[in-house]
Amino acid sequence: MMNENKLVSSTLQLADSALILGQRNAAWCAHGPILEQDIAITNITLDLIGQARNFYQYAAKLMNEADNKNETEDTLAYFRNERDFKNYLICELPNGDWAQTILRQFFLSTFQSLLFEKMMQSSDTQLAAIATKSIKEIQYHLKWSSEWVIRLGDGTEESRNRILAAVDYLWMYTGEFFIPAAYEIFNAADLQQDWLHHVAIVFEEATIPFPAENQFMQTGGKTGMHTEHLGFIIAEMQSLQRAYPGAEW
Amino acid sequence: MSLHDLEKSFQDKIDKEIKIEPKDWMPEAYRKTNLRQISQHAHSEIVGMLPEGNWITRAPSLKRKVILIAKVQDEAGHGLYLYSAAETLGSSRDQMIADLHSGKAKYSSIFNYPTLTWADMGAVGWLVDGAAILNQVMLCRTSYGPYARAMVRICKEESFHQRQGFESLMVLSKGTQAQRDMCQDAINRWWWPSLMMFGPTDSESTNSDQSIKWKIKRKTNDELRQQFVDMIVEQVKILGMTLPDPDLKWNEERQHYDFGNINWEEFWNVVKGNGPCNKQRLAARNKAHDEGAWVRAAALAYAEKRKNKLKNKAA
Amino acid sequence: MNIQIRKFYYGDIPEDTAQVGSNHSTTNENAWPLWEVFIRSKQGLDHKHAGSLHAADAAMAIENARDVYTRRQEGVSIWVIESKHVHASNPDDAEMFYEPASDKIYRHPTFYDLPDELKHM
Repeated sequence: MMNENKLVSSTLQLADSALILGQRNAAWCAHGPILEQDIAITNITLDLIGQARNFYQYAAKLMNEADNKNETEDTLAYFRNERDFKNYLICELPNGDWAQTILRQFFLSTFQSLLFEKMMQSSDTQLAAIATKSIKEIQYHLKWSSEWVIRLGDGTEESRNRILAAVDYLWMYTGEFFIPAAYEIFNAADLQQDWLHHVAIVFEEATIPFPAENQFMQTGGKTGMHTEHLGFIIAEMQSLQRAYPGAEW
Repeated sequence: MSLHDLEKSFQDKIDKEIKIEPKDWMPEAYRKTNLRQISQHAHSEIVGMLPEGNWITRAPSLKRKVILIAKVQDEAGHGLYLYSAAETLGSSRDQMIADLHSGKAKYSSIFNYPTLTWADMGAVGWLVDGAAILNQVMLCRTSYGPYARAMVRICKEESFHQRQGFESLMVLSKGTQAQRDMCQDAINRWWWPSLMMFGPTDSESTNSDQSIKWKIKRKTNDELRQQFVDMIVEQVKILGMTLPDPDLKWNEERQHYDFGNINWEEFWNVVKGNGPCNKQRLAARNKAHDEGAWVRAAALAYAEKRKNKLKNKAA
Repeated sequence: MNIQIRKFYYGDIPEDTAQVGSNHSTTNENAWPLWEVFIRSKQGLDHKHAGSLHAADAAMAIENARDVYTRRQEGVSIWVIESKHVHASNPDDAEMFYEPASDKIYRHPTFYDLPDELKHM
């Protein structure tokens, strides 16, 4: 694993999370439930990958300045290995059905909206600038995904069963947001109450019962301990760069 | 007015370049021809998302990834604009999609070819979108108003597609030997199917061409195909690549490039469902639609519930 | 009128020539209603008809319009109206509706011939 300072590691963590979720959401493009929503989720995908690029470019700049390296957004996305990636586990989980994808987006967007508000106040002007740009996108993702959670929860019996199954599956991956990794410069632990509060409001409108407290939570993504899914995601994503090292695309 | 008078005044309008709008009287065959053509055009956009969508997760740089995603998403938008235009002729999008999924309605057969390497993303953008644009530019002046307006919007967005395709091939053509080989291979595979996109030659048609008379179409297949060949022959030189046709040469007398014979047997086979990817494409569309059924139902059910809630509150 | 259409075009493959697949087509009763979308391209201008789309309700229609019709910064404000609520004039009435205005040239400022020396009018 690379030796990185805290700022670099934190920046990469934000980049990886946006990229891996973007990569997952991208699989809906051309396969959505209706044209209008295919286009909608693809807009979110583009926002996420755009955020990832901004964070990677900043991380590359920091690394190059510190160690005289030659990193770019692409070397960071395409030439790091499974154990180097720091994304939240929830980002790498399979898309499942529309309910699972929507709920994951809702959980992450809710968290991002809180984290990026905090980041906007950061003394690191570059991160603050990226957060300021991204927050508008995130607010839309949050609105869109909240509405879908409500629709599915309070829609038909089938949609309700599916969103409940998604809650059951995804909930144990939400604790990781709030357990700081040693390198993290933004302590997200104090965002947990706000996050739970916002989720509770949406769940209530969606008539989704709130999960029991103190459930076991999965962790590890932020320190490179992933699920088995990540290896396949990056094998696919990096295949061309790895097959033709040094080529320009 | 008698039917004859209606038809005459309809044709007068067309001759005077007055657009036909949804509520205007139109001959039933005009309505049907437009409906078929617009819906097939829409289906082509939607099915066309699949071969390119195939490479989204593997795009070799983040920049290429967002470009490709934006492009495939545009195609969804174009399909949407076209379905909307077709809906003004009295068919529902649902019915059109059902016809596509049952195999009754057609789409451009080019999308039944596989995208095997990354270079195919460039070749599709340059050749396939390039061929489509010639058709689409012409259709901006088509006589049916909603179709013409959809095409104007589409053409504005489409020029980005062709340009990014060519630019992506330019990068490959200046890259390593492996990349140049990949580029040439993609051009070789997409050239002939692109020529087939314009449809059978004019000589196969013996009847007076109603579509031209009604100004749905303004150029024949062969005219457009020739325009395409003349254009691409010049562009391929900039890439330093070749087109896979030994018969391609400048004809001084015609002031056009001559080109070799198109394999029409292949064309008709692909149209009839025997192309390399026909089944795969339809299966993917059907799967997305079927798996989306509960999502669409849920949104409607929720909208209905909320409407009733508001009503009860008001009462 | 002798109507024969025999040419095949890109995006226009006659179904009789290419008949494969079944004739059974079932439509989904869960189709979302159709909406007309109007976009204000910048502050100070009118909303203009941009196209249509499907959505389950008005809120979703506005968001879908945002996602579909403003991808390239085409707008700053969106109106949507369910298509079935649009009432339109009848094209058959076009002559009696619009032609009577054609000889009222005195309504236009150019009808009045005034000396060039006259300013600010």
